Amino acid sequence: MTELSNTWFAERMGDHGIHSSYLEDHHPAHMPCLEIRRLDWAHAAEEAKRQAMRLVAIWAVEIVEEDASKQLYTYMALAHKEHRHVLLRTPIHHENPEILSISKHFISACRMERHIQDMFGIQVRNILDARLWIKHEHWPEDAHPLLYDFDGKTPMLSDPNRADIDYEYVPCDSECVYEIPVGPVHAGIIEPGHFRFLAVGEKILNMEERLGYVHKGIEKRMQGRTADEGLKLAGRISGDSTVGHSWAFAQACEYAANITLPKRASYLRGILCERERIANHIGDIGAICNDAGFAFMHMQCARLREDMARLHAEIYHHRLLMDNITLGGVAHDLSVEMREKLIQQTRDIAAEIEHLRAIYADTPSIQERVIGAGIVTTDEAKDIGLLGYVGRASGHSPDERIEEAYAPYDDLDVAIPKGKLGDVSTRMWVRFEEIANASRMVIQCLETLPEGDIQTPWNLPETGVSGFASIESWRGEIVTWVHFGENGIIECYSVRDPSAINWLGLELAVRTVPVPDFPLVNKSFNCSYAGHDL
Amino acid sequence: MLRIMRQIIKVGTITEPLPTADGFEQLGAQLKGKIKQRFQGSLAIRFVDAGSCNGCELEVHAANNAYYDIERFGVSFTPSPRFADMLLVTGPVSINMKTALEMTYEAMPAPKLVLALGDCAANCGVFGQDNYAIAGSVADIIPVDAVVHGCPPTPTAIIQGILQVMDSHHHAG
Repeated sequence: MTELSNTWFAERMGDHGIHSSYLEDHHPAHMPCLEIRRLDWAHAAEEAKRQAMRLVAIWAVEIVEEDASKQLYTYMALAHKEHRHVLLRTPIHHENPEILSISKHFISACRMERHIQDMFGIQVRNILDARLWIKHEHWPEDAHPLLYDFDGKTPMLSDPNRADIDYEYVPCDSECVYEIPVGPVHAGIIEPGHFRFLAVGEKILNMEERLGYVHKGIEKRMQGRTADEGLKLAGRISGDSTVGHSWAFAQACEYAANITLPKRASYLRGILCERERIANHIGDIGAICNDAGFAFMHMQCARLREDMARLHAEIYHHRLLMDNITLGGVAHDLSVEMREKLIQQTRDIAAEIEHLRAIYADTPSIQERVIGAGIVTTDEAKDIGLLGYVGRASGHSPDERIEEAYAPYDDLDVAIPKGKLGDVSTRMWVRFEEIANASRMVIQCLETLPEGDIQTPWNLPETGVSGFASIESWRGEIVTWVHFGENGIIECYSVRDPSAINWLGLELAVRTVPVPDFPLVNKSFNCSYAGHDL
Repeated sequence: MLRIMRQIIKVGTITEPLPTADGFEQLGAQLKGKIKQRFQGSLAIRFVDAGSCNGCELEVHAANNAYYDIERFGVSFTPSPRFADMLLVTGPVSINMKTALEMTYEAMPAPKLVLALGDCAANCGVFGQDNYAIAGSVADIIPVDAVVHGCPPTPTAIIQGILQVMDSHHHAG
């Protein structure tokens, strides 16, 4: 039996008569997985809510047991500021696959539960919204791609009888309300998704998202692959967060295989991740300003972002840093000369951004647009469990670099900006602050880079083990769960991009906002469609 | 305002007469010539992400930054397919985007040029053709004039691809 280091939630559940048992083939021990009875599922969620925990994710899997029988499970990951993550799982009957919804305790569970319904055909009872989600209307009714027996290799054909079925958006019969459908193909160079606006005069009454357009079957695709192949795929879940997603995936595999990274490799990962954070924030700051007609800022930011991409191409052989994380380490070591270059550029860019920030703060035309636009209150942010810069701008700031304090962040001075007002302006402020903090951390890592290897040899995980990891990407916490079968082959996999939660915040933020402000507010969130749709 | 002007002057013109080995400037000049010849100096592109991971989008954005500034060659991105001479498609075509891609293509006027951008658009990349959620590569869904490989393709490769489409004789006459 592995040593238990996190028994807090098991005890809290025990106080309420919820019996749980630890799974021994789950890693790491400080983020344990507990099996509970199915009838306790919703009670456990209720207890978690009472203990001020945050819902991290809920997902389902079908595992092939040792006796070759198949077993469906639903998983729930919860996090507490001090007591870390805990996973709960419960078995689901094959003949009568159903589970109680937890969406009345955690609203962010709702879309994930719809995902479970779509992908597994598990009935989620009492769900607040039972409509299809990732599964669009044209899919055959009995298609549940993540079931083990579903043929994931043949492109699925639309059901012609379902071609004319429309998604039922929230209706409004009032005469003064008009609808604006937008997407899935948007006006700019961005990802696809549909937004349905209900507007009165200039103002948005309600905006509803319809996503799933870029669903690529990533979770199914992962099955049957080696961890190495999986890592390449994970790096392409959301191209702008390639470091974050690769790291989360690699870390989950490393936990499952029980290997620890050399310190130098962790530092090198930290540099990659923080550089990715800086590059994306810079790009977004420019794009947000551009959406309010402040093209100057966009041009300047795009220039700095390009400078970073070019140095990345030179040092890391990839402009966006793809494929730089390996199982057990990183792909490229840094020479002294490269370190000098990175330090110099990070310093220069941070200084340039501070200069631009002063100009931004001093320009009334942009300030008029961002201040007070698209507000998410602290209560709302906590309710949804908003992540990353979106959460931080609204006074809800879970940060895995501090809470989980995985290497190298246990050695670094991590500071996180805490906003409160939750408007576009505050989200901008948080991004500026994060650039400054990340720059400091990059330089700290580079200056104190430990000597040693950049790679621990990869070990095949034992049959039947699973690993779970939580990484603070630039957008917020990414969690990955991987379950291995024989010979180190991935049998089941689940990932939750921060966008899966933050998209909900956008719907709240744009209420009563004038329609033309939508692009501005949307950009300040910049949720990933690809990361959400998988 | 003064500070903005000062910053603009300080940074100066960074748009590159690229001394690069990949001959960006020559490519650009060729492209500009072709666009002048075939489209009276202005090529309107409609961009569609048919299932990409958003990596390609970042590079299309980069092609518009001040270093590359592809607009100087006459390339502009249009919000509507109705004005588009060319469709730039990224990603493997997901089953949920197939109809939208077909409708966008239908909505374009002739000559309906199509550039499939990136490994995914070319052959479904890491997502694979043997995937329930992927309808196929771009060429499986609509006629394609040129393909650019890369994961993602660099801004230079994007320019090259656009040039290649201009050179294609698929729609000649």
